[in-house]
Amino acid sequence: MSSLLTILFDGVAYGMLLFVLACGLAVTLGLMNFVNLAHGAFAMAGGYLTAVLMNRFGMPFLATLPLAFIVPALIGVLLERTLYARLYNRSHLHQVLFSIGLVFMATAAVDYIMGSQQQLIQLPQWLQGRTDVLGVKVGLYRTFIIVVCGVLVVALQLVLTQTRFGSRLRASVDDQRVADGLGINVNLVFAATFAAGSGLAGLGGALGTEILGLDPTFPLKFMIYFLIVVTVGGATTITGPFVASLLLGIADVAGKYYVPQLGAFVIYTFMIVVLVLRPQGLFARAQ
Amino acid sequence: MQPALETKGLVKRFGALPATDNVSFRLEQGARHALIGPNGAGKTTFINLLTGVLTPSAGQIFLEGADITRLAPELRVQRGLARTFQINQLFPAMTPLETLGLAVSERMRAGNDWWRVMGSNSAVIDEIVTLARRFGLMDVLGERTSNLPYGKQRLLEIALAFACRPRVLLLDEPAAGVPEAERHELLAIVAALPREVSVLLIEHDMDLVFSFASRISVLVNGALLTEGGVQEVASDARVRAVYLGESLDA
Amino acid sequence: MDQTPAATNPIAAQLTRRGRWGIGEILFWLIASAALFLLPERLLFLNEIAILGLFAVSLDLILGYAGIISLGHGAFFGLGAYTAGLLTKHAVTDPLLGLLVAAVAAALLGLVTSFLVLRGADLTKLMVTLGITLVLYEIANQAAWLTGGADGLQGITVGPLLGVFEFDLFGQTAYAYSLAVTFVLFVIARRLVVSPFGISLRSIRENPLRARAIGIPVNRRLVAIYTLAAAYAGVAGALLAQTTQFVSLDVLSFARSADVLLVLVIGGIGYLYGGLIGAVVFKLLQDALADMTPQYWQFWIGLILVVIVMAGPERLTERAASLWTGSLARLLGRLRQPKAMPARET
Repeated sequence: MSSLLTILFDGVAYGMLLFVLACGLAVTLGLMNFVNLAHGAFAMAGGYLTAVLMNRFGMPFLATLPLAFIVPALIGVLLERTLYARLYNRSHLHQVLFSIGLVFMATAAVDYIMGSQQQLIQLPQWLQGRTDVLGVKVGLYRTFIIVVCGVLVVALQLVLTQTRFGSRLRASVDDQRVADGLGINVNLVFAATFAAGSGLAGLGGALGTEILGLDPTFPLKFMIYFLIVVTVGGATTITGPFVASLLLGIADVAGKYYVPQLGAFVIYTFMIVVLVLRPQGLFARAQ
Repeated sequence: MQPALETKGLVKRFGALPATDNVSFRLEQGARHALIGPNGAGKTTFINLLTGVLTPSAGQIFLEGADITRLAPELRVQRGLARTFQINQLFPAMTPLETLGLAVSERMRAGNDWWRVMGSNSAVIDEIVTLARRFGLMDVLGERTSNLPYGKQRLLEIALAFACRPRVLLLDEPAAGVPEAERHELLAIVAALPREVSVLLIEHDMDLVFSFASRISVLVNGALLTEGGVQEVASDARVRAVYLGESLDA
Repeated sequence: MDQTPAATNPIAAQLTRRGRWGIGEILFWLIASAALFLLPERLLFLNEIAILGLFAVSLDLILGYAGIISLGHGAFFGLGAYTAGLLTKHAVTDPLLGLLVAAVAAALLGLVTSFLVLRGADLTKLMVTLGITLVLYEIANQAAWLTGGADGLQGITVGPLLGVFEFDLFGQTAYAYSLAVTFVLFVIARRLVVSPFGISLRSIRENPLRARAIGIPVNRRLVAIYTLAAAYAGVAGALLAQTTQFVSLDVLSFARSADVLLVLVIGGIGYLYGGLIGAVVFKLLQDALADMTPQYWQFWIGLILVVIVMAGPERLTERAASLWTGSLARLLGRLRQPKAMPARET
């Protein structure tokens, strides 16, 4: 029984991490209707930044996290304004091709600069190991993840619902032309949102280095997971991708524990089944 | 006599909004029937229901007596129901020649032919030429549709419906966007339709309606307000009120 | 009917002209065949080009003509490869029979999965097609007792072609075989895309609403072309297995599906020769950069993709297509008859 709870706990941690990683992609898709397969590259950037700062410059783990958010966010703004913005009105095929091209470039560049081995970081002492909570063994780091991601989710929800920017964002997602007509600076909303999404991805990449691993193939390896979150969870709400992430995290951890031979097979089949039955995702609003 | 097209209690709801509200409608054989109503009355929704683009929330649709309520749009076309779209729905990168050729080939059940190049069937070509001549498209047959002036595109839109040799033809504002001078040409073509074809015309241009139709139905807020001969409807106070915005007297 | 033959013939000709082979096309295949004798030291390389070309043409059928975005076309390629490999290894060594079985297997998978790509938005289709290829990859990986897993399927010794031509180290039989198969399948595809069926596919891609409104059974057509394209890809995979005597797990990888998409984008989508031309360019590029480490190669591929998309693939496609059917055909048309017709894309 306790192993079941541990799996549940690990699955939730994994799921929340996935959510932080993938929510930027969901918003980009819902807002700009842009299929950005290169989203994982921003996560990779954040992860590598943390690894380099820690391993080469001795920066403490927690100190790297804000940077793991800011730097990918800045890169995101730059790329969005120069390249992505030109493709908003293009077909999805072009967007897919473009973002695949970016991923290839990012992966190759990182491989060249950093090498193809896994990046290892040394977590601070107080985050290592496990404790006993109510008879269940929980990892300290995973607890940390759940707390941090939980805070981020709540913050996201607050920003979306309580701030002016949030309402501008929701308006732009709902109907871009009307939002524009209302005087909302849609370009600014796009840029800021893309930046935030990329930043969150970077932060997720940094947080995930310990759990998910980090090497140049990260964007391609995890792209499918992000896409599953977005297609199953839908791109118009926060709760949809959140629940989908949790489901995916738990399913993946449980699957790998109970039926390791099947591996990721279960996840892919689950996704195909869902998409066949409900092509718009499990949670999307009816269009 | 069996009507060419009939609906019984047709309803379409979008959320709580009934875009089509319990419409029971008959299009008689050989009819020249017009459907009018203010903007937003649900006329195009009705056409979309008839052609299968939308599925009804309730009610039934009959084409020459057969229940087509659940039938796929392309199968309705194969049974003789064709329509034009209010906003041109064409194939931008294809030429009128290809477009008409496609419709004619499909109708002749030669659409599945994957071995012979299109154009090798002389019956198809003859028909394309007939249509092109009738609609004044001969000079633009080889042009990209997206390069054609709007008037020609509109003619192609209507020619396309004719290419299906329908027994029931639904025209959704055929004169929309067509300059005044060219409208009569359009009308002449529609008026010259054989008697076997039953036509339902949606139009805002009242001159067109009065010169073309022998029966008129009035649709308001998704429901049929009234129906009758041209004089009947034209002199109906309620209809005038709806169009002029006066309050409806019971 | 008051049509005179004089009025209808030029009109019919505008359509039927596309059924005839242009000089450029004939030259292309002549050169490809001549390479068999003129480039004896590069036959294995040419073999790879032919196979990749067939694979890309199969993708063009669904992407360029039917407008289905697929990130998982490699599933059919991989299935064809493994089917042919396993068949040859355990049962029958006749190559043509292997091709047939592989085609059928891939077609069946295509038929079954075609229903998945009929519904949903672009992203959904993308995900579903990608998901299928990933599932197959996992299966092949896990079933290592059958497929050789990550080590690949080895020991495929295919019998002589038509009972006469042995597959040798130099690749002469291999290239002739791949080229011939590609040619035959290409001829069929070429007839198909200018037929009423083919043109209906284009109409589905451009305006499915309108296509339905003129009586075209959209779903049936899409299922048909998807199945055919799957069969073609399966044959390409089978050719790879038979001519290289090896099937690696990465035939089912995402990279393969992405590569073939890139090949098609380079060559141009929607005029059938794009797959072949793209394959030639891609392979030549890959060969030229071969001494660079794999990381470099991936970087340049990514860059090319980004550049092409930013520049606008249609412009490149149109220019390529007009180069193909336009200037050359127009030039030679003027030599043959006094009045030249305006060029059209196939």
